[in-house]
Amino acid sequence: MNVAFIAQLLPVLQQTTGYIYPNELEVHWALLIVLYPYLTGVVAGAFILASLVKVFNIKEVQPTYRLSLLTALSFLLVAPLPLLLHLGHPGRSYEIFLTPNPSSAMAMFGFVYAWYLMVVLLLEIWFVYRRDLVMWAGREKGPMKWIHKIMSLFSKDISDRAFKFDMKAIKVITIIGIPSAFLLHGYVGFIFGSIKANPWWSSVLMPIVFLFSAIVSGIAMVILIYMIITPLRGKPIDMSCLDRVASYLFYAVIVDFSLEALDFIHRLYESEESIKILSELVTGKLFSSLVVIQVFLGMLIPLGIMSIIKMFTLDKELRKLLYFVSAILIQVGIFTTRWNVVIGGQMFSKSMRGLTTYKMEFWGLEGLLTTIGLLILPFVILFVLLKILPPWGIKNGESVNQ
Amino acid sequence: MDRRSLLKKLFSFIPLAVAGELFSSSGGRKQEGLKRISRYGMGIQVNKCIGCVRCVEACKIENKVPKGRHFFRTWVERYIIRRENKVTVQLVERGKKDYTVLTPEKDILRSFFVPKLCNHCTNPPCAQVCPVGATFLTEEGVVLVDGDRCIGCGYCIQACPYGARYMHPDKKVADKCTFCYHRVKNKKLPVCVLVCPTQARVFGDMNSLASPLVRVKRMKNIHVLKPYLNTEPKVFYTDLDGEVR
Repeated sequence: MNVAFIAQLLPVLQQTTGYIYPNELEVHWALLIVLYPYLTGVVAGAFILASLVKVFNIKEVQPTYRLSLLTALSFLLVAPLPLLLHLGHPGRSYEIFLTPNPSSAMAMFGFVYAWYLMVVLLLEIWFVYRRDLVMWAGREKGPMKWIHKIMSLFSKDISDRAFKFDMKAIKVITIIGIPSAFLLHGYVGFIFGSIKANPWWSSVLMPIVFLFSAIVSGIAMVILIYMIITPLRGKPIDMSCLDRVASYLFYAVIVDFSLEALDFIHRLYESEESIKILSELVTGKLFSSLVVIQVFLGMLIPLGIMSIIKMFTLDKELRKLLYFVSAILIQVGIFTTRWNVVIGGQMFSKSMRGLTTYKMEFWGLEGLLTTIGLLILPFVILFVLLKILPPWGIKNGESVNQ
Repeated sequence: MDRRSLLKKLFSFIPLAVAGELFSSSGGRKQEGLKRISRYGMGIQVNKCIGCVRCVEACKIENKVPKGRHFFRTWVERYIIRRENKVTVQLVERGKKDYTVLTPEKDILRSFFVPKLCNHCTNPPCAQVCPVGATFLTEEGVVLVDGDRCIGCGYCIQACPYGARYMHPDKKVADKCTFCYHRVKNKKLPVCVLVCPTQARVFGDMNSLASPLVRVKRMKNIHVLKPYLNTEPKVFYTDLDGEVR
């Protein structure tokens, strides 16, 4: 193992420039750790979109409400997997819950995650679906009846009073949920932003930048899923909803872009010790992923497209196409943003004198194949969830308009 | 025996017991005061290092550090500073093609060797971030990794500003210099200090005035690596050049 591993790192050695500390040759946080903030970002973003309906009473966004919640849940269920797979000893991961080190940001993961999953998402989804579950269980036969019965936790009350209580509970949970969603993703940013040894990460803006990029990716993901699923069901896309959601996306991208530009200008202006090696990184090994994909393809082009939609009155079909293209570009852009943070932060030496290279694996546990699998998994879970908890109701069932 | 005398006898034991307790506990405290805790540190006299890397080789053998060019508990860097402040840094490796003996050039202003290792920080960022507390400070101020507890997340490696940690390729846990804790506890020197032919490395108890480390600290100008990060290293360098990071 040892010999093979060393042999594997040899080509990396030939691609280093300048001087790196010898232990820095290996990039320890690889593709799976790129995936993790991407997944939690989608969770937080989708939830915040959902909460717009309940807290701010924005009726147009209603068609995406339940879809956003289910999207958030399916991504949240997958989020810990890349972390687990990347550990040297996944079998000891429970230690984080049993004996957490209170000074470690990472140790808080278990608590933040459990809070978000149990107190926020599952509870809100349960209250949202409770009355429907009771009604569905009453009309169905076979296994689905039992699935819905168990999911409703055998509650039977479908009176108006109970329904009003559900609505009230949803509102309270959403109000708790918004800061929790901020916590979930801000915390991921803090894991990177609090590392003072790494000038690429160490920034007080990091949690905020993570948060807004999360909102951007979550909203774009819900747009994509909504635009794919609705025609598949043979239903028309609700354009007023889509326009509204897309305009939130537009504002979120503007804030995200401004924050990242601020971070960039601030670093450039302060020109600290790290500036030489960081500019070498940005203009060299990270140029295509940072400047071309993240900034140009993932931000400027979608911003341009959405500005055009806002300025001119375009045809409905053209608008749909443009929204779809921008949402895809944004997804690619945000994934690359995570890449640039995680991988970029390990490509330069803490001696500030050299750069190393990341060689992506294909087959390995931390390789491309696993990552693709983990990227597909949330959609599989979402597919199952949509079958069990259809946001649009069940045929001949009760209406889901709340 | 009637009830009164029984109680009398019983209660007469109480002051005795209390006195005994007081006596023994004060005695205990006294003993604790005598058992002074050492605080270990290392001094590195840059001008004395000849770049022979015996320390590196001895460390690899003593601590069973994985072979190969990117697993080190301690390593030696060579700095070559040319005119217009052009700095070249190399990893010193004996018998390697890319590392050769330096011939004098007009262009070279100065050149020197700097041994590096874990700084055993007083405020160790690695211990701060470890999610399960596998990395910890001993009472002697040595930063250790509990290999049976480490989950192999690599957060400590990211947090270390000095590149002193690596992921053990077989054990899948973080690993680093221990100041040869197993030797030091048995009143022996860390092996890198032991084999250094020029005494460029000195080791000792910072609380003891007679330790070689304290002597070096008294006689020389001392600097630590990356002091602005407030890690408060316990590896002290003499004659350290400003280019060393």
